Order: sequence, then structure tokens, then C-alpha cells
Amino acid sequence: MTIKQLATSVAAAALLASPALAEVDFAGKTVEWVIPFSETGGSARWANFFAPLLSQELPGNPTVVVKFMPGAGSTKGANWFQEQEYEDGTLLFGTSGSTQFPYLLGDPRVRYEYADWTPVMASGTGGVAYLNPTDGAQFDGSANALKDIDFIYGSQGATRLDLVPLLAWEMLGMNVEPVFGIKGRGDGRLMFERGEATIDYQTSSAYLSASAELVEQGKAVPMMTWGALDTDGNIVRDPTFPEIATFKEVCEATEGCETSGEAWDAWKAFFVAGFPVQKIAFLPAGTPDDVAQTFSDAFDAVRNRDDFTTIAANQVGKYEVFVGEGALNATNTGTTVSPDAKAYVQNWLQESYGVSLN
Amino acid sequence: MDLFATALPALGQAWALILQPDVLGHLVLGVVMGLAVGVFPGLGGIAGLSLLLPFMFGMDPILGLALMVGMVAVVPTSDTFASVLMGIPGSSASQATVLDGFPLAKKGQAARALSAAFTSSLFGGLVGAAFLTLFIVVARPLVLAFGLPEMLMISVLGLSMVAVLAGRVALKGLAAAGLGMLIGTIGEADAGGSLRMASYDIPYLTDGLKLVIVGLGIFAVPEIVSLLRQDRSIAKDAKLGAGWGEGVKDWVANKWLSVRCSLIGVVVGVIPGLGGSVVDWIAYGHAVQTTKDKSQFGKGEIRGVIGPESSNNAKEGGGLVPTLLFGIPGSGSMAIFIGAIALLGSGDIEVGPSMLRDNLDITYSIVWLLALANVVGTVLCIAASGGIAKLTTIRFTFLAPFLFMLISFAAFQSGQNFEDILALFVIGLIGIFLRRFDWSRPAFLIGFVLSNPVEKFSNQAFQIASFRFRSSFSDGMDYIFSPIVIVLLIITVVSVVLGLRQAKSIMAEGDVQSGSKRSPIVFLLVLMAYVVTALINANMIPDYNMTDKIVPLIVGGVTVTALLILLAQMILRPETDTIFADKEMAGEDADAPYGLWSTLAWFAGLIAATYVLGFILALTGFFVSFLRVRAQAPWPKTLILTAAGIALMCVMAGALNRDFPPGLLQGVVDLPWPLK
Repeated sequence: MTIKQLATSVAAAALLASPALAEVDFAGKTVEWVIPFSETGGSARWANFFAPLLSQELPGNPTVVVKFMPGAGSTKGANWFQEQEYEDGTLLFGTSGSTQFPYLLGDPRVRYEYADWTPVMASGTGGVAYLNPTDGAQFDGSANALKDIDFIYGSQGATRLDLVPLLAWEMLGMNVEPVFGIKGRGDGRLMFERGEATIDYQTSSAYLSASAELVEQGKAVPMMTWGALDTDGNIVRDPTFPEIATFKEVCEATEGCETSGEAWDAWKAFFVAGFPVQKIAFLPAGTPDDVAQTFSDAFDAVRNRDDFTTIAANQVGKYEVFVGEGALNATNTGTTVSPDAKAYVQNWLQESYGVSLN
Repeated sequence: MDLFATALPALGQAWALILQPDVLGHLVLGVVMGLAVGVFPGLGGIAGLSLLLPFMFGMDPILGLALMVGMVAVVPTSDTFASVLMGIPGSSASQATVLDGFPLAKKGQAARALSAAFTSSLFGGLVGAAFLTLFIVVARPLVLAFGLPEMLMISVLGLSMVAVLAGRVALKGLAAAGLGMLIGTIGEADAGGSLRMASYDIPYLTDGLKLVIVGLGIFAVPEIVSLLRQDRSIAKDAKLGAGWGEGVKDWVANKWLSVRCSLIGVVVGVIPGLGGSVVDWIAYGHAVQTTKDKSQFGKGEIRGVIGPESSNNAKEGGGLVPTLLFGIPGSGSMAIFIGAIALLGSGDIEVGPSMLRDNLDITYSIVWLLALANVVGTVLCIAASGGIAKLTTIRFTFLAPFLFMLISFAAFQSGQNFEDILALFVIGLIGIFLRRFDWSRPAFLIGFVLSNPVEKFSNQAFQIASFRFRSSFSDGMDYIFSPIVIVLLIITVVSVVLGLRQAKSIMAEGDVQSGSKRSPIVFLLVLMAYVVTALINANMIPDYNMTDKIVPLIVGGVTVTALLILLAQMILRPETDTIFADKEMAGEDADAPYGLWSTLAWFAGLIAATYVLGFILALTGFFVSFLRVRAQAPWPKTLILTAAGIALMCVMAGALNRDFPPGLLQGVVDLPWPLK
């Protein structure tokens, strides 16, 4: 080996090694994970669940703290995040369906743009609708016998996640009167238990922890899930509730309900934004690729932990966690709706509930 | 019932579960932290539990519970210090304690008030724990029976307490409550999302005002400003006095009042959604109604301390019932409690019906922990009282900058907006004038607190009732007039009638002299202008969103009517009439060496400097200039106090992992924490 060769190989080795030297390291730093909701909601639970796990997997094991910035239905926090620029990768932001819906509907308070941000992880949930036992007896896999019944439903508001069930029931030709103004789905379930509401829906984890017991006791009859997305973007049965039919199946069995056309497309667009891609973790605008990759790898390591399925089942449900490319695709599906679907839903909100977003 | 067969052994197992040194150690640690949180004005259980949340993940469930229950249980005990010694509610649950506790401290009977309060707190806490034990077995059907009409009636019962707290001129109390309700409707309506007195251009207003800010603004700011103007120490005779035994005797003499108020606390705590902020007022109202000689209320009546303090500890036991049984939080702190339980251990403890089935021993250990924490908390409070009470011997001018600092920080923590501090100032200004002209501040606050429940429950109950009436008339009547509603209705009517008869003798603001006509009329016209604007604003909401406009319209209408009658009375009556009460005419405020505006300017200066320099830099400047100029302190003292203030702030914010309000400067230059 000549000296020149030696020099070349040393240089090559140095070149090869240099990315390793410049590798992102968070030792001694604190990563702040900002959640635009209060300490009590599902997003807080989601971030509090992931934060310590993320800390173990990030290089240098930084402390990951969750910070809360509630206000204006999460648009305040999202508007704030829009103004943040990449500094050193110690700022993470989490959004949920409640952040996506105002964005999709053109709420005047929205001053943020999802496309500017770098998604590193996305996860979803499902939902189950159920009926009271009396009307549930009329349910035969289709809503044909439910069309003449007046249902009462405790709702958080037509522009929130409740948009998905309300639109679904309307497409089935059911007459569901929402009683607006409840603060969380737990209040809706209590209203249902007292018999004041006659129809209800819960997200998967809430259904498992409370409503499933009502079903066991014969005080509720499951009607349908919203379903889950397969890799091709088709709606399939929810893996958590394989025995319950999806809205798609019920719709196909019901006269007058169609699984194509503008109503269906609009419903599906908002379903995707609200459930399978409900919660997304973002790095701010201008984040370099290697930092994004580091976070993505860390979340990948978290979801591949041996015990992940066990600990996640109780905290965030048995749904897929997307990272990297998957998170990017999920974010794109979850934050874009066609102009037609948007116009359809805006119009429906205006006509059915007098909600104007301008 | 097999629950009974399993309940007793579980109760024993639970006792064994908590009698371990490390469990007790965590309990004491929680109590000490709760004590610290409670002593600081404006910080309550919500802030305390939020502080614990990050540590809960994967923690041994029983240790985590010991820590949290210890903290939750002691806040309503330790918040008494601020209420009695400083006249500032230590947390929202001890607002009513201020009314009589603070006057007692001013009379030099702080020890008596504190010991009566601690004894009542201990007793109330134990009653709460005992009832939790019972309720866990029998309460499920009862709590489930509370539908929307019942919730509405409970809120209305809370509102009826305005009658007794209205003060000497009932119409003024009514108008104050109406104003409080109108201010409570500011922001996006829950039902239809319409904006009331708000605009999307000012996002801050769309969320409405926070209770912390209104509570601090209405009660703390006016007292701080008034004391600062008088420039002396809080208690004229600054010793706690030797009244410790006397306070206990007071409690013994009023033990039945304490029993009744504890029960009120438990019952109100059990009902989810009502929150703990009204329980002390209901108990206070009850204490007034059942006292023969009402002349001392507002001037230092010990029963006015015993009532609220018995109820606010008892409510924690009650609040745990819906929390543990249904997973429905009864208050803000309980909501965080639920979230924290889910983080404990491997996350397999789930509050709700399954908890009684699968984790009965854990459930009962919470009961034991609650009882034990109350005992430990009381002992610690008594032990620490000497040190904490020394605060009142300090000349108030040295205390004031710390208090301005704390309330600004507490207000900022409620929403982390600069506007939070601004809102505190504006609400504080309203509080100052309500106090000056003897408009009932408690009535205002009750209106504010109950505005949202009344609106929400009446809208929802109305909607459901109309569906029921559509199916059949009797169905609808059954829904609205359930036995519980009828019982609550009768209690409300009795309470209003008794309240109005007694209100004249309760002077929450003391005996305020009347004077000239001009200032009271100007203030009335300002209030009228706001109410009329709010009415016009509400009327502009389109009719299809009737749910969003009906309550502001009705409340505004009633308030305007009350104000118009008051205006007519003011024009007709002589200027010596009680209607023209004005604190600037005679008494402490009139004799104060400093004027209102020059004193308020200091607070305004702090806010303006924060806007430019950020909180910590502004605070440093505020401390130095205030201590040098206003307090005339020598340089060494000034610098020591400033350093102490800044250090205290940084430690608190660091522990809570919170930022400070940034200013324009922080937008331009990157500064390290805590300056950023």
C-alpha cells in the first residue's frame, strides 16, 4: 500500500465517518412536545404515552416534556406553531382531528398550513355507533327500519368530529336530532345511559372502557363502526371490532344510501381526517432531513418494542402507528379533501345546522 | 348484595395496602406539595396535579395515588391561609372564606379563624371520605338519576344564593349577578358556536374568560390595591393571637353547622359538571340563613368561616364519586386525576364502573388515603401556621410586589397569553369599582361561574323536553318535573325567600357610607352601557342559532331592567341613601395616604413593561423601582427582595415547566430561559 493509497483510504474513512460524527444528538437537551389542548383530553393522553418512550429511543436520551397550549379549539396552538422555525430539533407539535377539521372546512381562525410542516409520526383510532335496546331491536344490518324513528344525540358540535357520525346517519336516512353543547363524548355516553339520548358513538378506547359494558348488560346495541383503512385506502372492518359491520356495509344494505357519489366522497374524506389519521406529530417548517429521519427512526423503534402492543392497547388502542414515509402519506390523506367534498360539507352544515364558517 | 360481602374485606385489604412506609412517605410528600400550592393565591388543585402528571407514567399505582390524593386533599385546607391572612382566595374553593375570615384576621383573631377553619376542614374531609365509602356501594343509581333538568335545578339553586349575598340593596345584587352571567357568556357559544361580545380578530375572547382570572380580578386585585393604598401591615394587631383553643371551641359550638355544610359539600361534589367553585357559596349562604344574629356576617362571623371550610374539603370526597364510578370528572382537578390514573402502572387501572369490579382494593385505598391526607394536612398546616402567618406582620408595601407577581403569573398560567394579564387588569378594575360602590362581588362571581352551566343545561333540557312533549304530554311532564327537580325547586324557593329577608343584614363589604350622587351614577351608567351593548350584540345573532342568544337576551333584559329601576331610585332618593354607598367617602379607603390611580399605575406599569420586555425583565424593573420609590427601601433590602422574588418565580415556573409571558423584545432577540 502506497502512502497515497493510505491517504486516500484514510480520507475515505474520514468521509464515511463524518456523517456519523455529525449525527443528531440530543444529549442533555429537552425536547418540548407542544399539544394545543388542555391536560385532560385524548391528545394529552396520547402525547404523555409516547413522550417517555420517545425519550428512550432518541439519540442522547433527551428529556421529552409535554406542554399544553389550549385555546380556540386548538387553532391557537396551531397558529403559534406555524410561526415557529426549526432551531435545533427540540420542538415537536401534536395535532388531532379537531385541528384538521377547521383547516379542512376553511375556518376563519385557521392561519396554519399543514403542508409547511414535517410529519414524523401519525396514529389513528376508530369509532363505534350504538343504539338503545328498543330501537336496536329494529336494526337488521340495514337502517331501513330506523328511518321513522326520532333519535336524540348528545353532540359536541357539528363542525367537530361529530360531523362524521351526523353525516353518516343522515346518509342512512335516519332522523337524528343533535343536542349541542356537551363538552366531551363521556358526557354523551352519560346522557345515553340516562335515556335522554337514544343514539351515541364513542371512539375505540372509550367504547372499550365503558360502552362495551352497556352492550354486555343489554343496555345498548352496537350498530356500526366507521371502519379502518387498508394500505390501498379502502374501508375495511375495524381490527379492534372485527365482529361489528362498518358504516359502508350498513350503507350498502340500506335503501337510498350510496357508497359512491359526492356525499360518500365527502363523508370518507372527513372520516379519514378524523379517525385513521387522527393524531400527527410534526416538526416545524425548515427541519433538515437528518433530524426528521432521527425522529422518524425513534418513533419506529418505539412502535417496534416487544411490549408496544400490550402497553399501547390500554392507552391508544390497537391501531397502526405510521412513521417516515408512511406518516407523510397519512398526513397528506388526512389533511386534503377535494374542493367538492369541502363544498358539500360546508353546504350541508349551513342547511342542516345553520353553521356558517365565514 | 354481593358488593357488601366483598366490600368489607376489601376495606381491610386497602388499609393494609397503604400502611407501608413508602406509601405514607409519598402521601406526606403529596400533602407538603399541596400545602405549598394551596398557600399561593390563585393556584389550586389543577395546577398542583398538572405538576405531578409527568411523574405518573409507569409509577407504582398505590404510590402515585398517595401522591395525588395527598395533594388534592390538602389544597382546600391550606388555601385558607391566603383567604384569612391576605384576603385573597387561595383557590376557587375558598372564596367565601375570605368574607369573614379576613375581617377576623384584621381584628387580630387570625389564629381563631385558622383553627376553626382547620378543624372544619379536617371534619369535612373525614365526612367526605366516609361518604365516599358509602357512596361507592349505593350511589350509582342516584347519580345516574341526575339528568339535565336536575342539573339545571342544581345550578339555579346555586344562583338563588345571590339573593342572600346581594347585600343591602337587593337590586344591586341582582344586577351584579346578571353582569357576572353576561361576562360569563363572552366568547364562542357552546351550542351553536356563535360569538358573543367577541371577534375572530381577537382570538383571546373567543374562548371566554377563565375563572382564575375573574376570581383573582374580582377579589384579589381590589384587596391588594386597597391595602397598598393604606400602606400598613394586613393585620393591625399582627399577632396570630392565642385563639387556637378558641377556634376549636367555636367549631364545637357550631358542630351541627359543620355537619350540614359537610353534607352540602359532599352532595355538590358528587354532581358532575357543577365544579367546586359554588360549593363554598352555597355553604356560606346556608350558614347565614341558619344564624339568628346576622349582623356580624362580613365583619368577622366565625360561622362564615366554619361553613365554607367544612364544605370545601368534603367536596373532594364527593367529587371522587363520579370520577371513580363513572369516569366523569366532577371538577377540573378531577379531570386531571382521571388522566393521571390512566398513566399509572401498566395503564390497566381504568376509572369507571369496571374499577369497582376489578380494583375494589385500590378504590378503597383512595378512601383511606383521603382520610389520612386530611389528618396529616391539618397537622402540617397548624405546625406551619406560625411561619406563614408572619407574612401578615410585614408592612404590606413590601408584600405587594410579590402578590402582583404571583397573581400575574397565576393569571398567565390559565391560558399562557399576554391577554390573560390584561384581562386580569380589566376585571380587577371592575372589581375595584364593584367594591367601592358596594355592589355584591360574590353575586357577580356566582353569576359568572353559573353562567355556562345554566345556559348549557337549560338549552339541552329544553331541546330534549321538546322531543319528549312531541311524543306525549305526560312524557314531557315526567321528564321536566321529576321528584328530584320538585325537591330542588322547593329548596330554591325557600332559599330565595329566606335569603331576601336576611340579605339586608349581611354587609359583605362592611358598613359603607353614602355620599355624593355623581360617582355612583356614573358607574351605574357605565355598567348600563356594557349591558346594552351586550344585548344588541346578542340580538344580532341569527335566529336559527336561538340557543346561543336566548340566555344573553334574557339575562341582559333582566339586568337592564334592574339597572333602570336603580337609576330611577338614584334620581329620586337623597344622597344619604344606602343606594349611594361609596367607599371613597369615609373609612379606610377614604383615609388612605395614596390615591387609587397612582397605586393602580404601578400594576399597569408592570403589565406595560411585560409587553415590551417580557415578564422577568419587567418584574426586575418593577421590583427595584417599586421598592425604591414607593416603599422607600434602602438599596440592600431592595436588591435582596428583588432577588428573592425573581428566584421564587423561576423555581415555581421551573417546577411547573412553564414559560413566562414574552414581550416585544423576545420577538427580536433570542434570550435564554427564564428571560425568553
